[in-house]
Amino acid sequence: MSVTQRKGTSLSRVGGPGPSRGPAPAGFDMSKRGNPLIQLESVWLKYPRGTGFAVEDISLEVADGEFIAIVGPSGCGKSTFMKLVSGLRPPTLGRVLLDGKELKGPAKMVGMAFQASTLLPWRTTLENVFLPFEIVEPFRRDYRRNQQLYRERARSLINAVGLDGFEDKLPRELSGGMQQRASLCRALVHEPRLLLLDEPFAALDAFTREELWCVLRDLWAAKKFTVVLVTHDLREAVFLADTVYVMSKRPGRVVRHDRIELAHPRDLDVTYTPAFAEIVHELRGYIGRIQNA
Amino acid sequence: MDPKSKYMDYAAPVVLFLILIAAWYAVIEIFSVPSFVLPSPTQILTDLIRYHEPILVAGWITLWRTLVGFALALIVGCVLGAIIGTSRLAHKSAFPLLVGFNAIPKSAFVPVLVVWFGMGSLPAVLMAFLLAFFPITVNVATGLATLEPELEDVLRSLGAHRMDILLKVGFPRSLPYLFAACKVAIALAFVGTVVSETVASDTGIGYLMMAASSSLRMAFVFAGLVVIGVMSMVMYLVFAILESRMTGWAQHHE
Repeated sequence: MSVTQRKGTSLSRVGGPGPSRGPAPAGFDMSKRGNPLIQLESVWLKYPRGTGFAVEDISLEVADGEFIAIVGPSGCGKSTFMKLVSGLRPPTLGRVLLDGKELKGPAKMVGMAFQASTLLPWRTTLENVFLPFEIVEPFRRDYRRNQQLYRERARSLINAVGLDGFEDKLPRELSGGMQQRASLCRALVHEPRLLLLDEPFAALDAFTREELWCVLRDLWAAKKFTVVLVTHDLREAVFLADTVYVMSKRPGRVVRHDRIELAHPRDLDVTYTPAFAEIVHELRGYIGRIQNA
Repeated sequence: MDPKSKYMDYAAPVVLFLILIAAWYAVIEIFSVPSFVLPSPTQILTDLIRYHEPILVAGWITLWRTLVGFALALIVGCVLGAIIGTSRLAHKSAFPLLVGFNAIPKSAFVPVLVVWFGMGSLPAVLMAFLLAFFPITVNVATGLATLEPELEDVLRSLGAHRMDILLKVGFPRSLPYLFAACKVAIALAFVGTVVSETVASDTGIGYLMMAASSSLRMAFVFAGLVVIGVMSMVMYLVFAILESRMTGWAQHHE
């Protein structure tokens, strides 16, 4: 499979589905977008009880402030990728660098959200959202003194995602979409530099999901953190991300990455344009081909 | 809930109780059961009133023995449950032993305890403890072990220590399990105390019942059973109230 690269078009394509285990795929041109926040250098990971590698030879860089999405067939190691980047699992081979430093143990100042909202059912929305302040240093040290300030920050974020009026409700009193909003707030309240999202909208209905895309888009535009979004929804990936990475089925390998050149901020209407449809279609076709290969 | 069905909720157990009492009388009448085999409810009530003084003294002794044994079981059960629920190695190594231990008939322990500690309160308290600690241990361990891995990831990536996770999430999360265990364990603790008292004590309800049955005063024996039953129900109620106060978030509401 030859490596083609079409710069300046809406879709640039790098790498192929074949077992390219050489150096990192060419075509990383992040110099314009600041220093890389995440660097993976030929990372391999094998679970202690697993047979074979869950992910193989992953090399990529994510610029500071970049929004990347990782798509691929189920069981391709997308969630493993999250564990690597968050430092919850050390790679078997290779290195994971965060902000230029090799990760040893869980990365601090990372926010995470999952398909299940994982809110604490005995805490109100507000109490759930300011949980990070009770745990993350340096907020934790001054928790008593700054509690009021933290509450205010949690409150303003809750307002920003449209949950005002639900601060004192328990999670079970919230709808699924509201729970995910609260979960996003909890992931972001301590202003982490990196937000890791593992299919956060997968369990929501289509309308709520698109609403939450916009919530995430606006938060990202306002705070400029870096996002790694794992999803199997190609429209979601293309709508939100700067770069979409495609992973092959197990063992997971990054077989392709596309820069999405649609201008920010993107309106939901963009998802109905031919350009958008073309990108999604192309990706869909590609994933179909590697799945059957 | 409409007021009529609420009224039903309160009335139903009373009605059932009255039906059972009536059946009791009927059995005595139809088969003309002598009172030294099965006393009538009236005779039991009469003995309850007549012997209320020794019954109260004995009941108090049985109650505090049970509560001390239960408190020990609560402490040991929570600590052991926390260790087993958070450490894979502890779970793998200790759980089979616990299950085996639980299968041993605890009444077989009474003679052993008598040899070790003599007669009186200590074997009764220890029996209450031995019967009560297993359900508490298992439930606390289960509550902790079923923590969602994603939630643990969220907390660890925030830099939470194991202790943070245990205190902020593990413990509150296993409270409903703990209360469920307490409601079972308190009844078992009463069983343990009374079994021990019938053999290895000269005080307490168990001893009183033993003494009464050896002189064929069956109404007195049944009076003792009633007292144990009532104490156990009251303690259950205490836990049920605490549970709804402290873990309301885990209960279904309309």
